[in-house]
Amino acid sequence: MTPTRIILVALGIAALVAAPLGQGNYIVYTLTSWLLFSIAAMGLNLTLGYAGQVSLAQAAFMGIGAYVTALMTLAGLPWIAAALVSVAASFVVGLLLGYPALRVQHHFLAFVTLAFNILLFLVLRNEEEVTGGSFGLVGMPRPSVLGISTDSNLNFYYFALACFLFAAFVMWWILRSPWGRAFKALRENPIRAESLGLKIRRQTLLAFAIGSAFGGLAGALMPPLVQFIEPGSFALIHSLKLLLMVVVGGAGFFFGPMLGAALVILLPELLRFTEGYYLIIYALLVIVLMVFSPNGLIGLGQKIWLGFRPKQEERRDMKKGFQL
Amino acid sequence: MNAHAPILSVTNISKQFGGIKAVNGVSFDVQRGEILGLIGPNGSGKSTLFNCILGQLRPTEGHCRIHGRSTDGVRPADLSLMGVGRTFQQLSVFPRMTVLDNVILAGQEHEGSMVSRLFGRPDAGLTAKAEQLIEFFRLSPYRDTEAGSLSYGQQKLVDAAMAFMAGPEIVLLDEPAGGVNLTMLAHLKDRLLTYNREHGTTFVVIEHNMEFVMSLCTRIIVLAQGEIIAQGSPDEIRSNPMVIDAYLGG
Repeated sequence: MTPTRIILVALGIAALVAAPLGQGNYIVYTLTSWLLFSIAAMGLNLTLGYAGQVSLAQAAFMGIGAYVTALMTLAGLPWIAAALVSVAASFVVGLLLGYPALRVQHHFLAFVTLAFNILLFLVLRNEEEVTGGSFGLVGMPRPSVLGISTDSNLNFYYFALACFLFAAFVMWWILRSPWGRAFKALRENPIRAESLGLKIRRQTLLAFAIGSAFGGLAGALMPPLVQFIEPGSFALIHSLKLLLMVVVGGAGFFFGPMLGAALVILLPELLRFTEGYYLIIYALLVIVLMVFSPNGLIGLGQKIWLGFRPKQEERRDMKKGFQL
Repeated sequence: MNAHAPILSVTNISKQFGGIKAVNGVSFDVQRGEILGLIGPNGSGKSTLFNCILGQLRPTEGHCRIHGRSTDGVRPADLSLMGVGRTFQQLSVFPRMTVLDNVILAGQEHEGSMVSRLFGRPDAGLTAKAEQLIEFFRLSPYRDTEAGSLSYGQQKLVDAAMAFMAGPEIVLLDEPAGGVNLTMLAHLKDRLLTYNREHGTTFVVIEHNMEFVMSLCTRIIVLAQGEIIAQGSPDEIRSNPMVIDAYLGG
């Protein structure tokens, strides 16, 4: 990492630390939600943006994490134990779902994961004895860290921020390792990658399961934040929302999902003054962004940045073996 | 392993697609260090034979062995781990990665375990080796350039560098000269010959560019309608009336 990047990251963390200071409960709650969804979107970005597989089940993995954590903490177990089990459960379910599902790819995989999300929603809604059904689960406690309670929204924000930074570090570590290079190779040219010794099925499965585990961690933070969970919070629409976060932010870029989550969560709040029109404006802004910058907000930023610098353009004319 | 045993052995390979016999009873051996050219008109069965050798097509009859091990049904990743490198007819670099990352990627799966690749060095300890190969193909000025922004010929060189990164014993090159200009072609040929001389690596080359294949290969096999119609040194092939009639013309 270059010194400039280290300084920018340090400034970014400082901004995140300062962001909730002096803000009301609602803003702090919204910022915490953004941190949670950023973690889940980071996971989906690994699956979609780096490994090139479309998953429509990220909210389902959040649901697995949320319900496991809720049930364990309601049973008196500490949050950290519940979170570890949630992450492990999401990883294992990711492997179990991914193993047969990744035999198919692209839009077929999207349909398989979509079906899984619907199935999980139905299980959560119908297994009332365990999950509370449509009434959900309430009263999950917030954890204490080193004797400090996170009952206040501000303290919980900092707790969620620590989890977010940990998740971001893990993701950064994975992406800078040979695994990260292998994930990108899967996205760019899987046939060539396989000819170089990369076991594409195993690597794709890993990307899917690790992405799912990030969903599980985000889900584990939801019960203590909201202190109420119900199946509707993990329905298909939320997987689509997470997909939107990744695509709008910039799939395949490290900071893409964080920016995307900010736009998807914060923009509707900022547009509330437009009252009944805010959804229309929001939708139009997203459409315009996608038309002019398919690489999302990061792509837009790059376009602007490259306007001031000589650019390195990919030879798209040669993609299919075209010869000059 | 017997040092004189052929590195690649193709025995009575036939491949039928419906009523069409794309390859019909082809047999040949390739010795270590040899540069074998496979030529023939379009539809002669070269690519089908290539895919049978690489385990991507299951022969209707016969078998291919590399190091004495059948390639039938072997996954491409496992072939690579068996010491088989290959290039593709079409451009096959990773366009959004730098040249250095492309070449490191080509070797990393051969280093350590999955766990060591996650917790070890980001470059899997391969930067120095990759830089040597990049230098060998005279791509050093483009080390940190995204491969997708290089010219066609340069991307072909990156592709070749990738094929050699894991130190394969045999490399199958699928039309390496296709679309490459004369200067770059001479450079590519020089690099392949030098690599063969220095490392004793075996090459099997499918190619339509006769000048390239005649000056590169030590032996040439000519296919027509799925069968071998001639084999021998470049000079023997050039003057073979059957080859002239079926392929070279003149």
